[in-house]
Amino acid sequence: MITEAGHFALALALFVALAQAGLGLYGAQRGDKGLMAAASGAGVALLLLVGVAFAALTHAYVISDFSLVNVASNSHSAKPMLYKISGVWGNHEGSLLLWLTILALFGGVVAIFGKGLPPSLKARVVGVQGLVAGAFAAFILFTSNPFARIARPPMDGNGLNPLLQDPGLAFHPPFLYLGYVGFSIAFSFAIAALIEGKVDAAWARWVRPWTLAAWVFLTLGIALGSWWAYYELGWGGWWYWDPVENASFMPWLAGTALLHSALVVEKRDALKSWTILLSILTFSLSLLGTFLVRSGVITSVHSFASDPGRGLFILAMLAAVVGGSLMLYAIRAPGLKSGGLFQPISREGGLLFNNLIMSTAAGSVLLGTLYPLFVDALGGGKVSVGPPFFNSVFVPLMVPLIVSMAIGPMLTWKRGDLWTVLKRLKFVFAAALVFAGIVWLLAGGKMGDLAAAGGMALAAWLLLGSLWELGERALLFKAPWAEALVRVRQIPLAAWGMTLAHGGLALAILGVVGSSSWVEERIQNMKIGETVRLHDVDVLLESVEEVPGPNYGALKGTFLLSRDGKELLRLSPERRQYQTPPRPTSETAIHSTWLGDYYTVISEPAPGGSYVTRFYWQPLIPWLWAGALVMALGGLVSLLDRRHRVGVPVGRRTK
Amino acid sequence: MKRLLFAAAILVSTPAFAVDPDEMLKDPAQEARARELGAELRCLVCQNQSIDDSDADLAKDLRQIVRERIAKGDSDSAVKQYLVDRYGDYVLLKPPFNAKTLLLWLGPLGLALAALGVGRAYYRRQKQEVAPLAPLTDDEKKRLERVMKDQA
Repeated sequence: MITEAGHFALALALFVALAQAGLGLYGAQRGDKGLMAAASGAGVALLLLVGVAFAALTHAYVISDFSLVNVASNSHSAKPMLYKISGVWGNHEGSLLLWLTILALFGGVVAIFGKGLPPSLKARVVGVQGLVAGAFAAFILFTSNPFARIARPPMDGNGLNPLLQDPGLAFHPPFLYLGYVGFSIAFSFAIAALIEGKVDAAWARWVRPWTLAAWVFLTLGIALGSWWAYYELGWGGWWYWDPVENASFMPWLAGTALLHSALVVEKRDALKSWTILLSILTFSLSLLGTFLVRSGVITSVHSFASDPGRGLFILAMLAAVVGGSLMLYAIRAPGLKSGGLFQPISREGGLLFNNLIMSTAAGSVLLGTLYPLFVDALGGGKVSVGPPFFNSVFVPLMVPLIVSMAIGPMLTWKRGDLWTVLKRLKFVFAAALVFAGIVWLLAGGKMGDLAAAGGMALAAWLLLGSLWELGERALLFKAPWAEALVRVRQIPLAAWGMTLAHGGLALAILGVVGSSSWVEERIQNMKIGETVRLHDVDVLLESVEEVPGPNYGALKGTFLLSRDGKELLRLSPERRQYQTPPRPTSETAIHSTWLGDYYTVISEPAPGGSYVTRFYWQPLIPWLWAGALVMALGGLVSLLDRRHRVGVPVGRRTK
Repeated sequence: MKRLLFAAAILVSTPAFAVDPDEMLKDPAQEARARELGAELRCLVCQNQSIDDSDADLAKDLRQIVRERIAKGDSDSAVKQYLVDRYGDYVLLKPPFNAKTLLLWLGPLGLALAALGVGRAYYRRQKQEVAPLAPLTDDEKKRLERVMKDQA
């Protein structure tokens, strides 16, 4: 019954979404207040209907209703409750319903709280949201219905891929989708602005918080996925340039560029047309990401769906969205007048530089991801485009970007003086070199590590440069302490946010460079009582025992880590054998320190009473996750800035 | 034969996680070379995974082939060539530079140049849009100086 209600609500949602699109776009064109208000009403109704559908599916998962195909093939009665619920989006149909739910949520928020917006702009934004929601609702109903029933329900379900039964991955898709779908608001605003033919600072003030929020979620989502890969897959890798990873990384790159260019629109009334284009491209890349993952065009460890009918539907939708919006852009963008002028060496110039590099990076990742598909489709056979390609393209792009990230924020608007800024940064430059030199010497001073030392210098340059900028704002070390303290209090939250986000990236670079340059690995057969040396500790295999779990059996090893004969701690990795579906996984045990992770894995028993064990010393890697968190925190702090809230729903009214 | 079957059964029921201790070479220098090569070779049945990162049986076979060739004294490029001869360029995660991958390798460079062009065009157009300002006359300069002095 509840399932049918959910199914019905979803069908109704399709028509409400279409009505929302029609009412909003037509009403705004006619200038009809009644129609425009009705569009907002439809937006709220859509949110309620989709919410009911999502709740109904979640209910079916919670009570393990195996009369639903979707539940039967993706859940199991013995699964812990967390994974029953995360199972809702751990599959194709359910994850699309999550997509639609988040889309309806964002559209509903604009409909309810967008009182401060000019009515026609709001109606158009809500209308475009309705169009996208309608397309997704149709896609779900016609090709991927999660509410389909089975005539003869099985006694129990097939279960969820054990690799996905993990807290990190339970929350990875919702965060990712909050990011993807958050960019739909920027997209809707861009389309609405193109129809209206007007982009101004107020528009940017509306778009920025949404983009910022989407960026924060996407950052967290990608970091969660990467972290999961690190501790779950069992060999310490955290980024594979896998097409599905790239699918989430491309919108992140474009979204980061959008964030910065919207800033220029808001502050300086320039780069308007470019910002509109970026809004369109960012959301298009989000859709493309969904297409790549969901259509099965690229099968990978992450993709759990493949069906040509679905692929064609998404491809058509992608063509309509990208083609349609780019056509509109081509027609209307030349009419957008740019206001503020600036020199190449200026704050705006720095932001434009960032934009061009980010776009080049996103374009290169796109090229590398799609190239094998194109070559294959054109009959050129199979080619591999793997990590070595992406690394060799990405690194040269990131170096100038990171160098400029410390300089840009110190330049003045309109026209800056590069030489003066460089002189202000001389201590930072010296400190970065000293830091890199010390790290290089500590790591053994090998010629082969020079590139890694360069990476360390970049990270230090960015981190210290960002802090230096904040210090200069407060006149730290120049003014008396009391005055500096007052000034620190006066620093706007948005500035703190920038420092945190840039500094977070610097921390992440430390982790990336450290773990990829100085990782130590020990793989061996070990008997109980044997010891292996890892980096600066001795790892002793104390015991191995069998332990039962809720829906798996596990082999649990206990390792004693000691340094110079002094016991440090015990780590207990597990090798789990899940029953449904039957699949082994490894639960790593990791000890994180300021300098790096001690990473232990136990694998299958080997002949002769020994066990295959793997140990890794992953230097500086905790800073990668900490850096990602600090970046997201920076976005959040920036979002709390009062100047941003001006644009957000409450308070501001036009006439 | 029986032992082989048994081994196969074990492999099917419990896939190995990446590099196993019993496949590793005795000589650490040779093993290090094998690992470096392994990271650049694709597990053909996987998605963008290197043979070192994959737990597939085929990856294990390829790892063993790499180690056999190294033990026989092949150079790194000879090992790669050996695999390319059998599996094609597909086995290389870093695609070779040839006619088929021309666009791939030149693409990012092209994008970077395009980005540079866009930036240049932007500043140029901006310059054209504003008429250059006439420099201050001597009279204006004097007045400016006076104003600045008053401020200070």
